[in-house]
Amino acid sequence: MPFSYSAHHHAEALPNAPAVSASIRRAGYRGSPTPAIRNVGLNVPSGARVAFVGPNGAGKSTVLKAIAGLIPHEGRIEVFGHAVNRCRHRAAYLPQRAEVDWRFPVSVERLVMAGRYVHLGWFGRPGRADHTAVAEALEVLRIADLAGRQIGDLSGGQQQRALLARALAQQADLLLLDEPLNAVDAATRQVIADVLDRVRAQGRTVLMATHDLGRLEADFDGALYLCEGGVVPPPPGAFVGLTIGAPLSGEPGECAEEAV
Amino acid sequence: MNLLLDPLRFEFMRTGLLAAALVGIACASLGVYVVLRRMAFIGDALAHTILPGVVGAYLLKVNLLLGALVAGLLTALGIGWFSRRGEVREDTAIGIMFTGMFALGILMMSTVQSFRDFTHILFGNILGVTGDDLALITGVCVLILVALWLFSKELELTSYDPVHSEVIGLRTDWVRYGLLVLLALTVITGIQVVGVVLTSALLITPAAAAALLTNRLSRMVLIASAIAVGSGVAGLYLSYYFAIASGAAIVLICTLGFAVAWVIHQLRRPRGAEEAE
Repeated sequence: MPFSYSAHHHAEALPNAPAVSASIRRAGYRGSPTPAIRNVGLNVPSGARVAFVGPNGAGKSTVLKAIAGLIPHEGRIEVFGHAVNRCRHRAAYLPQRAEVDWRFPVSVERLVMAGRYVHLGWFGRPGRADHTAVAEALEVLRIADLAGRQIGDLSGGQQQRALLARALAQQADLLLLDEPLNAVDAATRQVIADVLDRVRAQGRTVLMATHDLGRLEADFDGALYLCEGGVVPPPPGAFVGLTIGAPLSGEPGECAEEAV
Repeated sequence: MNLLLDPLRFEFMRTGLLAAALVGIACASLGVYVVLRRMAFIGDALAHTILPGVVGAYLLKVNLLLGALVAGLLTALGIGWFSRRGEVREDTAIGIMFTGMFALGILMMSTVQSFRDFTHILFGNILGVTGDDLALITGVCVLILVALWLFSKELELTSYDPVHSEVIGLRTDWVRYGLLVLLALTVITGIQVVGVVLTSALLITPAAAAALLTNRLSRMVLIASAIAVGSGVAGLYLSYYFAIASGAAIVLICTLGFAVAWVIHQLRRPRGAEEAE
């Protein structure tokens, strides 16, 4: 790619580096509606599927945003052994639906193609490989028939599928998914669950914020429980799986309300 | 037929028509992004802040468009710079720059004996477009179209999903600055045609009308350009035959175009709502 969007940000993965390794002292904007997180330690092995669980305002999204390089942080966050933002093409981020202006006139296909832009850079025009990746992603999310539709005409579940298709089209090794199951229909839930299976079969790493406790054991290898911006112990009887996170100080935070 | 051909005997009419068409294309195509990104206010502000540049150039006896260019670029970058960290809200920054610069322009004008010299800046003077002006207008028009083509995917993505842009390392602020610079250039050409006070109409009205008629970006650019070019040409003919102000005539025809688009949109709406389901 001759004109990358950020010249030094396409480092290759270091051998044997975990997908995500972090000790975050603090992350988040002061005075922003997104809650800040404090003292979160993370170690996610490559190929694992991890759920971030917690009530609204727990900091699930903030952790994902920090790993995606969207918000400032104190401490250390490494993705495949590199500092945040050093290997952007390897990490795909699925935003919450509200962050996209759905009234803008682009087609679903064009939206999904944006997943390829990190590989295209300035002046890059999509080639055959890019179109194949987009067609495949649309197929996997079962929205190939919507390819020519304007994004403003999609239902909520269809919007979510289109965004996930974009993340898949990027063909990243790390998927950061911010509440993809939030307020979507049953069919979309099923499609997303299938996608998670598929992604696991491909050995890709998934970090996902979720409210859905019922499917944790079926869909994930590990779960991290967050509350009020810190790591908390899992509620009694809850799924844990791989140990992937801990409070930095060793002392788990406390949750005012029942965790989750 | 003679009604249409007769005015073309005059060179000022031929140049004027060509200028109106080119400016229409530049303003309308860029205007589509201005409307979709909700930057209408800044388009209007840029047109006004150019005033001190033009007056300064007149006083220094250099090319008026050069003065306009300097003032326009300074404003565009200034607004972007002041509001970049959110300390001053952008619309507030625009409001301050807009009125401050316009007042400076009026103050400078008041130092000159004859206010009349500046009426063509305020209200446009399309029949006074010179060969040099036309060359500049052509250049800007080509630049706008090439830039919109080259950066279409970045302009689109930063408009509807700035978060994804940031994730992939695409600097939304650079795209925005670039757009503001293009906007400053376009506004300068618009001032030749309809003047400082009405230029934002060329940016916004055709694009807003087009947005009511289609939800495809490429068609939006085509329809907006067609409305702007049509209004420019029709307005010029009207002013030729009825001796009325050409800038105002052009803008009013644009407005009429918007009204027609709105009516079409209203008539279509029930069926459109069914299609969306």
